Amino acid sequence: MPILSLDPRVNRLQAEEVPADQAPVLVPGDHWPSYQVFHQRRRGEKHSSVGIVHAPSLEIAMAMAKEQFARRGETSNLWVVCTADVLEMDYADEDVFRTTPAKSYRDPAGYKVNDKIEAYKAQQTTLR
Amino acid sequence: MTFSIPSNPLPRYLLQIADDQLVMGHRNSEWTGLGPILEEDIAFSSIAQDQVGHSLAFYEILHQTHGLDNPDQTAFNRPENGMLSSWLVEQTIGDYAFSLVRHWCYDQAVALRYESLAQIQDPNLQALAMKLRGEVKYHTFHAQTWMKSLLQGSEESRLRMLSALKEVWPLALGMFEAWPGETDLMQEPGSQGDPWYPGEKNLQNLWQTRAMESLASWGVEVEVLGLQRLEPVLGGRQGYHSEHLAPLLEEMTSVFRLDPQAEW
Repeated sequence: MPILSLDPRVNRLQAEEVPADQAPVLVPGDHWPSYQVFHQRRRGEKHSSVGIVHAPSLEIAMAMAKEQFARRGETSNLWVVCTADVLEMDYADEDVFRTTPAKSYRDPAGYKVNDKIEAYKAQQTTLR
Repeated sequence: MTFSIPSNPLPRYLLQIADDQLVMGHRNSEWTGLGPILEEDIAFSSIAQDQVGHSLAFYEILHQTHGLDNPDQTAFNRPENGMLSSWLVEQTIGDYAFSLVRHWCYDQAVALRYESLAQIQDPNLQALAMKLRGEVKYHTFHAQTWMKSLLQGSEESRLRMLSALKEVWPLALGMFEAWPGETDLMQEPGSQGDPWYPGEKNLQNLWQTRAMESLASWGVEVEVLGLQRLEPVLGGRQGYHSEHLAPLLEEMTSVFRLDPQAEW
């Protein structure tokens, strides 16, 4: 399949197979890739994904991200990452996660320790 | 509509800064809805909004401390020859290359003025300069990244930027026009004891050195381009303007003039 776009999100649509000889010639600069923007509210907190911007370079993506995603409220830092640099799983492989919800023994709620804690607390009170 | 230009050097200087910001902000806002791409439209509009905000902050101080009329009256109810903005900011928006190069020249100069104003003794003005400096840091980052990208982009983008540069340069030099009272202000000691205001000639030299360094780093042969041989376009700081300011003021004040005493 020819590349339809520099933006992997467009390619994933697989909207229409374009014959190789009719595929548009991509000129860098004419068609801009997308960049994922991550926003950090305060120092020490995690950066969260907030959306995308289109830009011809990382630096311009940053210049755009500042106004698109840090116009309001608190911000201490931003990251921009070219969408094409993100390695993404294929949804066809979603089945690797299918049995996970059933594994309740991995869930901390699955441990019955509360009885033991209560018993220990009671014992401490009696001893005092 | 009568207005007398402040005779004291400090308010006059602040009025020059405020008028530049007001007119620049108004001009840049003309790109809203017409920007080359959505993200840039929003970013450029936001910068324009900042600039009008900066002018308001200075008009406010001029009103409260230096006896000028309130910000609305000062901004919207003045004759053309009472405006002390430079010719650079009043020029029409042209194409995007022109507006970007102007934005780059202009905000580099604003950054220098705020850097120096942050050294003033007056705590209110010092605090204001420190606060606004952060916003201008983004303006210059935005301008630098575009300048670099387009000067190093395709042949077409490079040529368009170079031609805009030649057009903007003489106007940009006009930002540093000498003004009455300048030498008095240069004597005023700043918070560190040394004078805080270096004067227009020194500001221009500093601005020019930085600009030339940046241009050279993007591969522009400044000598070949002949920027050093261009003469400044003067007049703005004395209240003389090009044919572009009157229509701008006409449009900018059209709502205000419906009822000049209205409370907003």
